[in-house]
Amino acid sequence: MGLNKFQIAKRISKELKDGDYVNLGIGIPTLIANYIRKDISVILQSENGLLGMGPFPNKNKIDPDMINAGKETITTLSGSALFSSAESFGMIRRGRVNLTVLGAMEVSQAGDIANWKIPGKMVKGMGGAMDLVASAKNIIVAMMHTNKKGHSKLLKKCTLPITGLNCIKKVVTNLAVIDIENNMFVLKEHAPGVSIEEIVEATEGELKISESVCEMDLS
Amino acid sequence: MNKLYKNGLDAIFDIKDHSTIMLGGFGLCGIPENLISALVTKKTKGLTCISNNAGVDDFGIGLLLKTRQVKKMISSYVGENAEFEKQLLSGELEVELIPQGTLAERCRAAGAGIPGFYTPAGVGTEVAEGKEVKVFNGKKHLLELAFESDFAFVKAWKGDALGNLIYRGTARNFNPMMAAAGKITIVEVEELVPVGELDPNIIHTPSIYVDRIFKGENYEKRIEKITTQ
Repeated sequence: MGLNKFQIAKRISKELKDGDYVNLGIGIPTLIANYIRKDISVILQSENGLLGMGPFPNKNKIDPDMINAGKETITTLSGSALFSSAESFGMIRRGRVNLTVLGAMEVSQAGDIANWKIPGKMVKGMGGAMDLVASAKNIIVAMMHTNKKGHSKLLKKCTLPITGLNCIKKVVTNLAVIDIENNMFVLKEHAPGVSIEEIVEATEGELKISESVCEMDLS
Repeated sequence: MNKLYKNGLDAIFDIKDHSTIMLGGFGLCGIPENLISALVTKKTKGLTCISNNAGVDDFGIGLLLKTRQVKKMISSYVGENAEFEKQLLSGELEVELIPQGTLAERCRAAGAGIPGFYTPAGVGTEVAEGKEVKVFNGKKHLLELAFESDFAFVKAWKGDALGNLIYRGTARNFNPMMAAAGKITIVEVEELVPVGELDPNIIHTPSIYVDRIFKGENYEKRIEKITTQ
């Protein structure tokens, strides 16, 4: 129901502004790179040590020394810079990365995020997520509205181990664009063909419907 | 002064069981392949490994997990490794998960003679348990301590016999901080060049940090996820 992951990425791409330095997490966020408007200049940061991340290489240009934080082969661009992991997280903590987009397993109406561990089941680790959510000025979560069991991922309180507290400002899902304001989810936009009732039904946390709620622009 | 060694096995001649080792690399990119192979050959046991990742099942640190040589991993992300997950869930392997920026800075601090620092990463999470919290400018920060390690295993692109190093691409990652941090720093390079050939303006790791260096062989440089246009 609602958007596929490419459409979620496309909708989030509209949040990027000229001159932004942006860190895109693994999964749906990575796809955003394909939809960045051609008339603005956005520089992608990859936390393993690259500013100015370019597209995937052509087959004959694959370089094992050039990967992104998702361990995929990538390229540099004109104007790229390479650096160490310490420098990379220095610029993140310093607040120079304007926007971070990452996936999540749960988001609470307080803006808490959980995305690194399912006790007893999955132990992958937080990677750079805790550093990013603790320091980025603007953080958007890209995820499906419900999990595989059909349970809401937008909750009053996170049930899984926390990645960061009070840090998420916006969530874009297959169903909706939701802002987090004053300890509440606020529905700003609904996906084409998805009713507000369906979004209310799929949201466990407190959801206020914005007076200006409208359909997402996916053009 | 001689820092030059023949190969990985030669360079780790004095390593003991239960050592703590820092290993450079992000995923399989920029990992000390020769030194990991040397540890497998030497069968050194009970290791504590500080490394951002734990390799994959049959490459990188995954090779040391398979042979049960690792007692504890200190990492930020350990997915993509079934053997790791199996040993962890069965309790055979200890793991300490650390935010990636904190991991990098704990290496950097160790290499810069700074015993600890405050970071906002991990406030309000499991990572904060037992740690001092201090407020700066209204925001909570955690006290994190510099790592202590017996050895740092580093992979560089080019180096000279003095130990001056240059890394390539995103294979730099954790290598420079670990090179500075190791009690004994051992470096393998793809190209060993004559002293004087590296431009002093672009040295990433100055020789002072390096104790041992050798030319690595048979680099596989495996790619975890080949993605093309």
